[in-house]
Amino acid sequence: MNLQLALPILIPLLAGAVSLLFWRSRLMQRMIAVAGTGLLLVASVWLLASVSRGGILVLQVGNWPAPFGISLVADLLGAIMVVLTGIIGFAVALYSLATTGRGHEAYGYFPLMHLLLAGVAGAFLTGDIFNLYVWFEVMLVASFALLILGSEKAQMEGAIKYVTLNLLSSVIFLVAVGLLYGMVGTLNMADIARRLASLEDTGMVDVLAMMFMVAFGIKAAAFPLFFWLPASYHTPPVAVSALFAGLLTKVGVYALFRVFTLIFHHSPGYTHEILLWGAGLTMLSGVLGAAAQFEFRRILSFHIVSQIGYMILGLALFTPLAILGGVFYIAHHILVKTNLFLVSGIVHRLQGSYRLKRLGGLYRSHPWLAVLFLIPALSLAGMPPLSGFFAKFIVIRAGIEAEAYGVTAIALLVGLLTLYSMIKIWSEVFWKTAPDGDEADAQAAVGQRELWLMSLPAVGLALCTLLIGLNAGPLYALAEASAGELLAPERYIEAVLGPRGEGGP
Amino acid sequence: MEPLLAVAIGILFAAAIYMMLRRSIVKLVIGLMLLSNAANLLIFVSAGLTRGGPPLVPQGLDAPPAAVADPLPQALVLTAIVIAFGVLSFAVVLVRRAWEIVRADDLDRMRDTDT
Repeated sequence: MNLQLALPILIPLLAGAVSLLFWRSRLMQRMIAVAGTGLLLVASVWLLASVSRGGILVLQVGNWPAPFGISLVADLLGAIMVVLTGIIGFAVALYSLATTGRGHEAYGYFPLMHLLLAGVAGAFLTGDIFNLYVWFEVMLVASFALLILGSEKAQMEGAIKYVTLNLLSSVIFLVAVGLLYGMVGTLNMADIARRLASLEDTGMVDVLAMMFMVAFGIKAAAFPLFFWLPASYHTPPVAVSALFAGLLTKVGVYALFRVFTLIFHHSPGYTHEILLWGAGLTMLSGVLGAAAQFEFRRILSFHIVSQIGYMILGLALFTPLAILGGVFYIAHHILVKTNLFLVSGIVHRLQGSYRLKRLGGLYRSHPWLAVLFLIPALSLAGMPPLSGFFAKFIVIRAGIEAEAYGVTAIALLVGLLTLYSMIKIWSEVFWKTAPDGDEADAQAAVGQRELWLMSLPAVGLALCTLLIGLNAGPLYALAEASAGELLAPERYIEAVLGPRGEGGP
Repeated sequence: MEPLLAVAIGILFAAAIYMMLRRSIVKLVIGLMLLSNAANLLIFVSAGLTRGGPPLVPQGLDAPPAAVADPLPQALVLTAIVIAFGVLSFAVVLVRRAWEIVRADDLDRMRDTDT
């Protein structure tokens, strides 16, 4: 049995359950948070190592053969995503030790965080479409509760928008799963893909493809459906924002990648044309929204939207290089975006605000923090030699090769505008002089140990970004192999259903 | 039976969307309730309604003797109902808390987090 496949789901579930048992002990919950996420990281790296060595791993849960039971499948894309989940989970757990208030922890911050990670890892590893819905819901319910911890006015208003739109997308997803089951009579994704290939009624397939696109588009915050994200992501405590920013929308993107490479790839011209337009408009609207904002986390939230466009662009172009670029972009973006939110939290702790007008002078007092901000910021904008440069470069090159010049031009322009808004943050927060003279007081209020704990995960993530930037080879090779797998779904189907196409291994 | 249920599901969806487009957050929650019920009913009907026994295999046989009902949509609906119930109870609590804090039932007055 490939127990290692179940570990990334079991560890956070178990850690969540155990920290629920220690409901009143703050210390135990914190220790479990660090140990649990650390273990998750180790298990996920182990999983990625085995997958990259031995190909797609499959675990038939409860020993039910493939189309009947629930399969857990780890191909390279899934394994890469799980490793990123582990990294982000560990970084955010460390960060929350310094930033999470006693009140938040008393209401179950850490158990919810574990549950969220379990949901995310489960969504990445499941090979069953209804099970994907269930993991989505696990993740969503945990995120709902995390979003309103603290009960501030803005949080409530943001949460209503977030909850409504995500529920709506879940219902669309559920309806699509129901109709799909009615059509092909199976829920196993590999089996669905195999049966859809031999189906004549393509009209209904297109309708279902659109329903999945809308459902995952809402979750991924793609073009017309992204308004819930900038309305809610800047409201919760910063560690929660960072966790959401890194992982939640990317689960939607992952689901798009999975569904549109495995299940609905038979008539790619139609759906991928819509994805292409969606990608271009997502990039543009996200970055223009960011350019208009003057609040640190709100700018970053809009940038999540614009970056989602690049990933979807990779999927929409549907060439080996483009898919490679999409996978590379997801990996790079998760690290960078979480890091930016972490840095915004440190800035907030030092100067007590997220509003750019009230911030300033941090370059003089904390030059290291300025550098810590610049690394992910320039990486997000796509400056060489950081990770974002390669991610953007691959996607744009794929666009030129596929002769999609319009979208490629948008992608280049959006890179420029991203740089503009990062420079805006830089000059307002770090370069200009502080607006009032109480900077010294605010500094004194922050303990050294706290500052260390907050900076450590940010430094670690910045190192990851630098490492990918200076030595892009390994991730490039991984993404290339993953693109190869995604474009040849027969391998996935064969791994799940067995070589004869029926029955388990 | 199926056309009748299809019409009922359509009416439920329409009513849900109508309620969700109102400005009041209480009506929004009612809309969400109708929406999840419509989705559950749709899953239940999606595979076709067949009259059959429970899918149980008597001892000594390899397959059930007579036609059986498809158990999978029922299992799916059961899961979906449980999830929808949990999420909806969260939404109800959220609306109550939101009213306590924001002191408004009107979505148009919840603009602080908009751009």
